[in-house]
Amino acid sequence: MTNVAKRTFDTLVIGAGGGGLRAALQLADAECHVAVVSKVFPTRSHTVAAQGGINAALGNVSPDNWHWHMYDTVKGSDYLGDQDAIEYMCRSAAQLVYELEHAGVPFSRLDNGKIYQRPFGGQSREFGKSQATRTCAAADRTGHALLHALYQQNLRAKTHFFDEFYAVDLLKDADGYVLGVLAFEIETGEPLVIEARTTLLATGGAARIFQSSTNALINTGDGLGMTLRAGIPLQDMEFFQFHPTGIAGVGNLMSEAARGEGGYLLNAAGERFMERYAPNARDLASRDVVSRAIITEIREGRGCGERRDHVLLKLDHLGADVIKQRLPGIRELAMRFAHIDPIERPVPVFPTAHYMMGGIPTDRHGRVVAPAMFGPEEAVPGLYAVGECACVSVHGANRLGGNSLLDILVFGRAAGNHILEYLRDNPYPRETPPDALEVPLQRLRRWERPGKGETVYRIREEMRSVMERHCGVFRSGDLMTEGIRKVEELHDRLQHAVIHDRSKVFNTARIEALELENMMEIALAAIISAQARQESRGAHSREDFPERDDDHWLKHSLYFMEGRRMDYKPVRLKPLTAETFAPKARSY
Amino acid sequence: MNEVNRVRWRCRRGMLELDLVLARFVDRYYARFTPDQKRLFGDLLTLPDNDLWDMLTREEVPGADEEMAPLLRLLRRC
Ligand SMILES: Cc1cc2nc3c(=O)[nH]c(=O)nc-3n(C[C@H](O)[C@H](O)[C@H](O)COP(=O)(O)OP(=O)(O)OC[C@H]3O[C@@H](n4cnc5c(N)ncnc54)[C@H](O)[C@@H]3O)c2cc1C
Repeated sequence: MTNVAKRTFDTLVIGAGGGGLRAALQLADAECHVAVVSKVFPTRSHTVAAQGGINAALGNVSPDNWHWHMYDTVKGSDYLGDQDAIEYMCRSAAQLVYELEHAGVPFSRLDNGKIYQRPFGGQSREFGKSQATRTCAAADRTGHALLHALYQQNLRAKTHFFDEFYAVDLLKDADGYVLGVLAFEIETGEPLVIEARTTLLATGGAARIFQSSTNALINTGDGLGMTLRAGIPLQDMEFFQFHPTGIAGVGNLMSEAARGEGGYLLNAAGERFMERYAPNARDLASRDVVSRAIITEIREGRGCGERRDHVLLKLDHLGADVIKQRLPGIRELAMRFAHIDPIERPVPVFPTAHYMMGGIPTDRHGRVVAPAMFGPEEAVPGLYAVGECACVSVHGANRLGGNSLLDILVFGRAAGNHILEYLRDNPYPRETPPDALEVPLQRLRRWERPGKGETVYRIREEMRSVMERHCGVFRSGDLMTEGIRKVEELHDRLQHAVIHDRSKVFNTARIEALELENMMEIALAAIISAQARQESRGAHSREDFPERDDDHWLKHSLYFMEGRRMDYKPVRLKPLTAETFAPKARSY
Repeated sequence: MNEVNRVRWRCRRGMLELDLVLARFVDRYYARFTPDQKRLFGDLLTLPDNDLWDMLTREEVPGADEEMAPLLRLLRRC
């Protein structure tokens, strides 16, 4: 302990995306001494990639209210979302958006000067009757605008930033209090202990565990790995949202706009196959329906290309003018990443992992909760989590577009407020026990081991391909049993892998090794949770259990790393003030 | 080694598209760069993600300086 440098703050935030920065701002504005750690420069967090916008029932375009938004979110979640948290989120939404406006986010405007809103899938008026228009946007760069505004506000409020520091593991004492983190500075490789009375995880999602993913390379779920290693379970990890049209082999998003403008999907026989799966909505059916149809076509041998491993998105019939005018961004992506000009030829596409609904279990104050002596949801003292890494749970089995940016802001602020209370009640730091650092330091040193062995890269790519094949859009018991065995094998092989770069300065190989350790634990959590859940709900779709089964499975999964075992806890069906939305068949 | 490692880490971005293009670019060209080109590329990497993406995808970038032009041409090919 003595030879590792140490810094002390009131509170520590790990992650500088929208979730982390919103929480930090709440704290810094209250004169709290707050530090934010981020492995990349804060404004390069994945939040910048969000283009669509953020949901709030402002009613600027058509009548709307939070109660309808709440209904849509509960239904979208396939009734697995916690209704108290969902009510809280939807009721806070308008205020959060106005706060953002004051923080400097340049929202697009209607002619009357009010904030512009656009319609998104899954939004309704009067509890499912007609389409609502609820998504607030700053042109096509809402996430970017939001992140930059929050960063500037944090600089003003004197938040301390540790840019390009990699957080390795949480530090705990014998009573289970979380006391901070062991990190290292990427530039020098030097370890640093950051102590704080509270630690907030805001490390983002982990959709990189799948071969095909829309997520940036940094989305390796480090906070989830840290949580598991601290003995805390992960919740609902079987629920990952797949987007039907990623560019085959690359994974990045060909947005729904392509099909909205009249593009459609073809199989190897040149057949417009969505007509068979969704005779009315066809290519514009919901994301999960289209994803499943694509996989079925490929499985039944009607995939395209030499390896018959994708389908085609046809746009050329729209004509060069329409494509150039209305879909220039999509054309650019196709030309760059598929080397195909959609004006001339169709683009190979394949479903791609997009969003992680599960994560670190929290309550609606952002407190991390786990089963303990007196019940399934006892707070872990000193530990909070918000954003895509957390499972509060507002998205349940399926997230609605535009609800994630809302989630990270609402619960970022809520966690900030609760942390202030905690700090008032716990004014004195607890001592870090001398042995708390031992295991995390060993993890770091393990990658300095010389010798021969497999590369991290190879194991990572194999893992991502196993997850895709065995735990992707379609799942079945046998397929997953085999998948679990394969991931377990890869997990063991990783223990013997080596990296050849043993330098200290900007050792990206070591970071990738540490990231893979996290991804491997998350992959196990996802596939083991998925194999255990014997029903189909939201994004989790089982061929051997095709129906939702509320009698047995209206409950949250909890996965523990130790013993790789499952536990369950009830869904919170009782909202704060509204009436419960009782589970109904989910149809659109 | 250190220098290219530093550049590689700074090519980790918030958008997958940039991750991919920048990694290809570094693999193909970085080793052959002159110190001036390396400095210019370093400057580019300090831009916000969306601005950088615009520079790589728009044919003409108003205000982009002459010095940067050859580098951008290479990047657009990645
Ligand atoms: C292509 C795309 C488009 C999207 N569009 C929308 C949209 O229109 N609307 C919407 O609501 N949602 C959208 N989403 C989802 C939404 O963008 C994300 O869920 C959300 O931005 C996550 O924010 P976050 O704050 O939780 O994490 P991130 O923004 O992912 O930030 C994570 C932070 O943690 C840090 N970090 C991670 N690990 C470590 C470590 N070991 N040490 C130190 N720091 C670490 C990172 O550096 C980063 O700062 C989209 C997602 C994608 C992929």
